Amino acid sequence: MTPDEQRLIQARQRARSRVTGIILVALVVLFFAIALAKMMGG
Amino acid sequence: MSILTGEKAAPSVPLPADWRDLVALTKPRVMTLVVFTGLCGLLAAPGHISPVLAFTAVLCIALGAGGAGALNQWYEADRDAKMKRTANRPLPAGRMTRQGALHFGVGLSVFSVLLMGVATNWFAAAILAISILFYVLVYTIWLKPRTAQNIVIGGAAGAFPPLIGWAAVTGNVAALPIALFMLIFFWTPPHFWALALFVRMDYANADIPMLPVVAGETVTRRQILFYTSIMAVAALAPVLLRLTGVVYGVTALIATGIFAVMAIQVALSRETDPARMKPERRLFKYSVLYLFLLFGAVVVDHWVLTS
Repeated sequence: MTPDEQRLIQARQRARSRVTGIILVALVVLFFAIALAKMMGG
Repeated sequence: MSILTGEKAAPSVPLPADWRDLVALTKPRVMTLVVFTGLCGLLAAPGHISPVLAFTAVLCIALGAGGAGALNQWYEADRDAKMKRTANRPLPAGRMTRQGALHFGVGLSVFSVLLMGVATNWFAAAILAISILFYVLVYTIWLKPRTAQNIVIGGAAGAFPPLIGWAAVTGNVAALPIALFMLIFFWTPPHFWALALFVRMDYANADIPMLPVVAGETVTRRQILFYTSIMAVAALAPVLLRLTGVVYGVTALIATGIFAVMAIQVALSRETDPARMKPERRLFKYSVLYLFLLFGAVVVDHWVLTS
């Protein structure tokens, strides 16, 4: 693996981790909101 | 030659897919129309749904469409590589693995169906599951590589969203969402065949039996006109059956008239050079706007009738 490839892999892994984190937080908020909406009668 | 510069140098190790490639795998442009028609089905439905659940339903339709799009690209990677229009997609361009695309597509599809069932109802989730399976199994795997009628029958896959949106609110389907299903179903052939006329060589190179490749341009032009006439009946059916009101009626009449004029221009054209097929390109672009206009009118009409 060349240094360029290593840097690219790390950059992609960081970007994917960030996006995954954002999606997970959004899902937590969404599930909480769905639970509230369901409890209030949808 | 550095891979960081974006120049074509094969990496010595498999690189993890960029998150943008995962987004591209979901066919975001196709998703726009799917989401809009699903949203309109939801907004036109009688009854009340919490804004949170409505948002979730539309999100599920988008994710389901994205999952189906990813599975379509997973299956068609080899054919996509032969077509100029699709050669730069993540799989044919080698920016991600087929297995990664398969896992992503299945995961997204299953998640969208489960979330739809939990958030709204299992009837809407079942229609969503059927639409995904229809698009992947019936259209992509069975029909598309085998018959020139692929998009006639396969068009049903793209016609499900208004049914899903409606079912998310009401838990059932009624005459109006079925009429909207029929509208998209009969809109699909002229929409895709207009495109197929000016990218015919792409389809021929990829061995996809699209109508212009199998039956020729003259037959395709006649078929565009034939299906446009059926589509016109489907477009006017909601107002003739009194399922919608004046706003939709006037919009459908004018917009369908313009569509018909464009379809006649395509039918009368004898142009064989794709670069000079202006009526075909115009019809393709207008057909997208047409669907936005009619579905928007359904929602406006619903608000007018209920306010």
